[in-house]
Amino acid sequence: MSVSGSESEASRRSSKKPKYSKFTQQELPACKPLLTPGIVIGAFSLIGIVFVPIGLASLSASQEIVELVDRYDEECVPASDKIGFIQDTKVDKACTRKITVPKPMKGPIHIYYQLENFYQNHRRYVKSRSDQQLRSKDYKDPKAVIKSCDPEATTGDGSLIVPCGLIAWSLFNDTYAFSVNKKEVQVNKKNIAWASDKNSKFGSDVFPINFQKGGLIGGGNLNEKLPLSEQEDLIVWMRTAALPTFRKLYGRIESDIMASDEITVVIQNNYNTYSFGGTKALVLSTASWIGGKNNFIGIAYVAVGGICLFLAMGFVVLYVIKPRTLGDPSYLSWNKEDAGYSH
Amino acid sequence: MARARKRDRLRWSKLYTFSCFRHPHTDEGGGGGGGPSAASGSPVGGPGFSRVVHCNNSILHRRKPLKYPTNYISTTKYNVLTFLPKAIFEQFRRVANLYFLLTAILSLTPVCPFSPVSMIAPLAFVVGLSMIKEALEDWRRFMQDMKVNNRKVSVHKGDGEFGFRHWEDLCVGDVVRVEKDQFFPADLLLLSSSYEDGICYVETMNLDGETNLKLKRSLEVTLPLEEDETYKDFRGVIRCEDPNPSLYTFIGNLEYERQIYSIDPFQILLRDSKLRNTAFIYGVVIFTGHDSKVMQNSTESPSKRSRIEKKMDLVIYILFTVLVLISLISSIGFAVRIKLDLPRWWYLQPEKSNKLDDPTRPALSGIFHLITALILYGYLIPISLYVSIEVVKVAQAHFINQDLHMFDEETGNTAQARTSNLNEELGQVHTILSDKTGTLTCNQMDFLKCSIAGVSYGVRASEVERAAAKQMASGAADDQDISLEDVWENTEDEIQLLEGVNFSAGNTPKTSIKGFSFEDNRLMQGNWTKEPNSNMVLLFFRILALCHTAIPEVNEETGALTYEAESPDEGAFLVAAREFGFEFSKRTQSSIFIKEKYTSSNGTIEREFKILNLLEFNSKRKRMTVILKDEDDRIFLLCKGADTIIFDRLAKNGRLYEPDTTKHLNEYGEAGLRTLALSYRMLEESEYASWNAEFLQAKTSIGPDRELQLERVADLIERELILVGATAVEDKLQTGVPQCIDRLAQAGLKIWVLTGDKMETAINIGYACSLLRQGMKRISLSTTAGDQVAQDAQKAAKESLMLQIANGSQMVKLEKDPDAAFALIIDGKALTFALEDDMKHMFLNLATECASVICCRVSPRQKALVTRLVKEGLGKTTLAIGDGANDVGMIQEADIGVGISGVEGMQAVMASDFSISQFRFLERLLVVHGHWCYKRIAQMICYFFYKNITFGLTIFYFEAFAGFSGQSVYDDWFMLLFNVVLTSLPVISLGVFEQDVSAEICLQFPALYQQGPNNLFFDWYRILGWMGNGLYSSLAIFFLNICIFYDQAIRSGGQTADMASVGTTMFSCIIWAVNIQIALTMSHFTWIQHVFVWGSIGTWYVFIIAYGMALKSRDNYQIMLEVLGPAPLYWAATLLVTAACNIPYLIHISYQRSCNPLDHHVIQEIKYLRKDVEDETMWKRERSKARQRTKIGFTARVDAKIKQIKGRLHKKSPSLTIHTVA
Repeated sequence: MSVSGSESEASRRSSKKPKYSKFTQQELPACKPLLTPGIVIGAFSLIGIVFVPIGLASLSASQEIVELVDRYDEECVPASDKIGFIQDTKVDKACTRKITVPKPMKGPIHIYYQLENFYQNHRRYVKSRSDQQLRSKDYKDPKAVIKSCDPEATTGDGSLIVPCGLIAWSLFNDTYAFSVNKKEVQVNKKNIAWASDKNSKFGSDVFPINFQKGGLIGGGNLNEKLPLSEQEDLIVWMRTAALPTFRKLYGRIESDIMASDEITVVIQNNYNTYSFGGTKALVLSTASWIGGKNNFIGIAYVAVGGICLFLAMGFVVLYVIKPRTLGDPSYLSWNKEDAGYSH
Repeated sequence: MARARKRDRLRWSKLYTFSCFRHPHTDEGGGGGGGPSAASGSPVGGPGFSRVVHCNNSILHRRKPLKYPTNYISTTKYNVLTFLPKAIFEQFRRVANLYFLLTAILSLTPVCPFSPVSMIAPLAFVVGLSMIKEALEDWRRFMQDMKVNNRKVSVHKGDGEFGFRHWEDLCVGDVVRVEKDQFFPADLLLLSSSYEDGICYVETMNLDGETNLKLKRSLEVTLPLEEDETYKDFRGVIRCEDPNPSLYTFIGNLEYERQIYSIDPFQILLRDSKLRNTAFIYGVVIFTGHDSKVMQNSTESPSKRSRIEKKMDLVIYILFTVLVLISLISSIGFAVRIKLDLPRWWYLQPEKSNKLDDPTRPALSGIFHLITALILYGYLIPISLYVSIEVVKVAQAHFINQDLHMFDEETGNTAQARTSNLNEELGQVHTILSDKTGTLTCNQMDFLKCSIAGVSYGVRASEVERAAAKQMASGAADDQDISLEDVWENTEDEIQLLEGVNFSAGNTPKTSIKGFSFEDNRLMQGNWTKEPNSNMVLLFFRILALCHTAIPEVNEETGALTYEAESPDEGAFLVAAREFGFEFSKRTQSSIFIKEKYTSSNGTIEREFKILNLLEFNSKRKRMTVILKDEDDRIFLLCKGADTIIFDRLAKNGRLYEPDTTKHLNEYGEAGLRTLALSYRMLEESEYASWNAEFLQAKTSIGPDRELQLERVADLIERELILVGATAVEDKLQTGVPQCIDRLAQAGLKIWVLTGDKMETAINIGYACSLLRQGMKRISLSTTAGDQVAQDAQKAAKESLMLQIANGSQMVKLEKDPDAAFALIIDGKALTFALEDDMKHMFLNLATECASVICCRVSPRQKALVTRLVKEGLGKTTLAIGDGANDVGMIQEADIGVGISGVEGMQAVMASDFSISQFRFLERLLVVHGHWCYKRIAQMICYFFYKNITFGLTIFYFEAFAGFSGQSVYDDWFMLLFNVVLTSLPVISLGVFEQDVSAEICLQFPALYQQGPNNLFFDWYRILGWMGNGLYSSLAIFFLNICIFYDQAIRSGGQTADMASVGTTMFSCIIWAVNIQIALTMSHFTWIQHVFVWGSIGTWYVFIIAYGMALKSRDNYQIMLEVLGPAPLYWAATLLVTAACNIPYLIHISYQRSCNPLDHHVIQEIKYLRKDVEDETMWKRERSKARQRTKIGFTARVDAKIKQIKGRLHKKSPSLTIHTVA
C-alpha cells in the first residue's frame, strides 16, 4: 500500500525539481554600470556642457523679449473710497494710461491682465464649476451640476445659471482699448484660448442663461447671443491659475510697435480687486520660443551647469589628491587598519 | 504463519534490567503490576477526567453524548465561509490599513480633497492583494492537512476483519493495527504487539526529538488480543483524563472483563510517534484529531515581523507625526485665512459659505480642514509600500523556492520560504541555534576505525582528517596565504597526505555498506588471524557481535540480515562485526547465535552464546555489559562504554594496552569520531553465582531504591576488566555540514548547538563539525548534586553553578592569548538554573564570550527558553534550525525558524518560516538570499520614503500658495497612479532583482554578510539621509517649477500656464526625478529593470496623452499634445528639475565611492576590471581574508592543526604521519 514504485517516486522527485531558467536562478544577463572616476567626471562635465548653453540660449531669448507692465489699479480709482467707487455701477470707470515703448516690439504683441492676491486656486473656487454644463446643453445630471456649482448655481428663484459656479461668476471684466501714437489699434481677441477648450470643453450649443442674475453680481457679463465656445475671455478665465499672482491673455496686437512709440490705453476699470487688496496690471509683451520674459530658467540652467562643471573639476582634483585605483583591495574593510569589520 | 511468528517471539522484558520493568504503581488503589485495581481514590470520573471510551464500539461515539471530535485535523486559519470576514479583519488590524480605510471612508464626505475612487481604489488593490496572498498560503496549509488526513490505517471493521481507512475517518473507540515504521494515527492505548509480552518500540522524534527508541508495553490482561480474529468480541471501557497537552502523563483505567485496570503512560502511544522494531501493534483509539496530545501541544505559530519592518513602522510613525504636523500648520493657516481674509474674498461668496469654510467659526472650519489636510498629505505615508513589499517578498520567496542550488536531489525537496515576510531578516542573522540530530547529523553511524590491543586499524580518513590533509597539501605550496576554497573545491577521492602516505579510496571499489566505512587489509578477509594479537582481535570482534540489544531481521527477498538496534552505534558495530566475519544471526530468549566465518577449520561455524545477564546502557552508567556463557561453559563478561568509565574499572593486569589505546582514543576524538572502549572479564562459576543471587534479589525488590540497588550490584561485577581496544565510529554528518558551519562562522555568525542528546554525544558532534577542537578551553557547566529533591540540594546546585559560571568568566577574562578559544558546554539540568532570572544574564555573558556553545540534554521548552534568552538578551536576530517536533518551540521563538524537511515528520517544517532539506543549504539561504533580500528591502523602503516625501511635500508647499484651502495642484488621477502604477514597478524591480554582487561572490566573501547584521543599509543615518534627499527634491521640484511658471507666458503663442499645466509639469518632473533616482540607486540592470524604469517614464507620457484625449471635462484635456508638448519651456523645466534633484545624490555616491568605498563597491570594481582573472593571487588572498577571524569552524581547526604540525616539524625530522599506519 505504501509502495508506489520507485519509478513514480523518481518522477515525482524530478517533477518537483525546479526547471532551470536564468530568470528563476537570478542569473539574467545584466549590465552593471560602475561609477568610475571617469564616469563621474564625464557625467558632471556633460551636464555642465549641456546645461550652460541651454541656459545661455534661454537667457538670450529672454533678453530679446520686450515686456511692458503697467499697474493701474491705484491710479484708476479715486484714492478716497476705492471699494465704493468700484461697486458703483453708474460711474464711468474709464481710465486712460499712456505707455512709452522703450524698445521696438515685433508683433504679435500679447496683451495680458495680471492679477495679484487673487486666489483662483482656492479649493472652494476651483470646485465651483460644472464641466458637463459647459460642454453641452444635453447634460445628464442637473443635480450634479447644481451641486458642483455651489454656491453660485441658481438664481434666487431656483432657475439654473449657465455658466454656473464661482469661476464664471467672477469673470474678469476690465477692458482695454489701444491706440499707438493716437492711432487706434485693433486688438485681436481670437485664439487666446486653447483650441481644444473651444472645440470640446465649451459647447457651441450652450448659451449663457441667467448669468449674473443670482442676486449678487460678481464680475463680467456675457453676450447671451454667443455660444460659450466663442466666449474666449470666459474660456481663458475658466482655466484657473496655479498661483495667486497670474496673468491671463487678453488679446493680441498683431502689428509691430516702434521704439519710443506711445501707447494709449483706455481702461474700463470694472473689476473689483480692491475688496481683497489685490492689484491689477496691464502687460504687453512679445514672446519667443521660451515664452515670455523668463530670466529665471536661463539663470538656473547656467547655475546648475556651472555647479556641475565646478564639481567635475572638484572631482578631478579629488582624484589627483587622493587617488584610488579601482578595485584596490586595501580599501576592503578587512584590510583597513582598525580591522573592524563593521565599517 | 502466525504460529511461526509466535515462536520467534521474545520475552524482551526479561532481558532488560533497568528500563523495562513493570512500572510499580504508586497510585493509591493501584494493585501494582498492571493488575486489577479499584477505581476508588483515583481521580478518574471526576472533573477533568470525564472521557469515556467504548473500545471496539465506536458506533457509540458517533452520537451524543459521547461524540468526540473526529480524527480530522485542520491547521488552516480560515475556511470558505470565514475567509472573507476573518481575512478582512486581519487586514485592518494593520494600523496603516486602518488609516487608509478611514481616509477612504472620509473620502465619501465633502471634507476630502479628492474623488472617492482615488482613495478607495488603491486601498482595495492593496487589501485585495494581501488577501489573495493569505488565501494562497492557507490553501497550502489545507493541502498539507489533507495529505495527513488521507493517510491510511488498518482499522477493525467488525467480525475480526480489518480494513484500511483514512486517518480522518478514525473514531474514538476504533481498534487499529499499526505496522512497523508507521505513524500512530491518534493517541492509542496499546493492547498487544507482535512481541509476546506486548512490548513495542516507539520513536518519539516528532514529539520530543529524542532519537533513541522508547519502550512501551501493554497491560497483561490485553495480551491475548494479538490476532485479528480476537477482536471480534472485544469490548472494554476506558475512563480517563480529558484532552491535555502533557506528553508524559496519563491517568485512566480500563474496564475489561468486569475488572478495572489502571492505565499509565507506558501503555499510551501518541499520535505522530512511530512504531519501530516491532512488526505490528494493536491499539484502541483514545484521543483523536485535535484532542491528541501532540495537537494539544501545537501552539499557533506567532506571526513574526522582521527587524526592518519594525523599524519601518517606526519611520512610518515619524512620517505620520510629520503628516499631523504639516496638517496642523495647514489647518491653522486655513483658519487664520478664513478668519482674516475670506470675508474680503468676494469671489468666493463668503456670505454663502457652509461650515467647512465659515469665516465666523474659523476654529470649527480649521478642525474640518485638519481632516482634509490629513487626507491630502496622506501621500507622505506610502500606502503602496506595504503592498509593494508584499509583492517583492513573494517574488523573493519564489526565487528561494526555485533555487536549484538548494534543491536536494535525494529527497526531491526544494527550499521553501513558507512565510515570505522574513526574507530580509535572513540577511541580519547574528546567532544560529541548531538542533543536532537530523539537522547536523543524519543519525547514521559509520564504523571507521578501531584500536585493538594497542594497534590502530582503519586507514580511511575521517572527514575532518581528509580536509586537514588537503589543507596541508595546499598550505605547503603557499605558507602564508591559505586558501580554504581549495580544500573544498578539490574533491577527488585520492588524497595525498604530506609525504606520500596514500589514502587510496580508489584502489578497491568503494564499500557501499551502510554503517561500515572501515578499510584495512590487515583485518579484512580473515587476515586478522595473521595479526600478532589475533586472540585479542577475536575477542574484540566477539564483543562487537555480542554486547548489544539488537535483533536481527531477515530480509525475505534477499535473505540478507539487517539489524534493529536501539541506537545507530550498535547497528554500526553489528555491521562491522558481520563484515569482519562475525555475523550475528539469531537471538532467542536466552541465546545469541553468531556465524563465524574465518575459523581454523575454514568453514562457517554457528556458535551459540547463552546470555546470562544484560546490563543495558543508560546515560548515567555510560556502559553496557552482557554476561554470557560460551559453548565451553566459560562465563564471560563483555563490557563496552565510555573510555573514562572503562579505564576506571580496569584490572591491574588489564591495563596492558591502556597507554596506546588512550593515544588512539585521543587521535580518534581529534578526528571527530565517536569512541567507545571495549573490555572483557572472565568469571568463575562460583563468583558469578554469588553475584547473580545478589542481583536477582535487587531485581525483585520493590520500592524507590530498586534502581539504586540494581546499579550498585551491577557495579560490583563490572570491575577488574581487561581492556581490549576501542572503536571509533563516525557520526555521519549531513553532507557539507562542517563546510557550512565553517562558512557561516566566517560570515560572523555565532552557532549554538542545542541537543537532547547526552553530553558525550554532543561533544563528539561538536568535534565532528568543528565546533570544538583540541586545544580549545572547555568550560563545562553541570550540576554535581544528585536528584535529591530537597530544597537545599537545589540551592546548593544553583550556588555551585553560579560559582562555575563566575569561574568561567574569570578564566575568559584572564586569558592573555588572543587566539585562545573557549567552548561552553552545559547540560539540561544546569540549564534550568542558568535560565532563571537571576542567573541568565551571567550565563549569557559567559556564553557570548565563548566561541562555541553546546547545550546538551535540553528539553524542547529549554530550547525555546535559550532561544528567547539569546534573542532578548543580545537583542540580535536569532535563527533556529531543527527538524523535529521538539524543535518547534525554538523555531517559533526565534526571529527566524528554519525547518529541515525531507526527514519524516512535518511539525518542524510546519512551524518554520523557511524549510530546507539539508543543513548545508542554510549557507546559501543566509549568505546569498539573505544578503540580497536584506539589501533589496532596505533600499526599497528607503527609496519609498524618499519618493513619497518628495511627492507629498510638494502638495503641502502648494497649499501655502492656495490659501491652505486643500486644493491639490495635481489631478486626482495623477495622485492615484503615482503610487500604484507610475513608480511602483521600478521599485519592485529593485526589490526583486537588485544584486550588489553575484551569488558566487557572496559565497566567496562571507564577510560581506556582515553588512546585514551591522545594518549598514537601514540605519538611521541612511533613513534620514534618504528622507533628507526627499525633502530636498520636493523643494527643488516645487520651487523651481513655481519660479519658472510664475506668471509668464510659457509658449511662443503667449499663453500662460494654468494650474493644470503647472501641476502636470511638476508631476512630470517628479516622475523623471524619482525614476532617475532609482536608476542611480540600482547597480544591476537586467532588461527587466530597464523596461520598468524607462517604461515607467514612458507610461507617464502614454497615460497623460491618453488621459488628455479621453476625459474632456478636465483641465488636463489635451494638455500634453496641445499645451505642454510643444512648449520648449516644459521640456527645459523637466530636464532642469530632474538634474537638480539628482545631483546631490550623485555627488554623495561619487564621493563615497572614491573616498570611503564599501566592500561591495571594491569587489564590484575588481569584477568590473576583471582583476580577479588577471591577479589571481590577490583575488585568492582577499577571499581568504574576507572571513571573520573565527575560533570555531573547520578553518580554525585546520589552522590550529597546521600550527601544531608545523611546531612538530620544527622539532622533529620530517618523518611525520597523521593518523596513518606506517
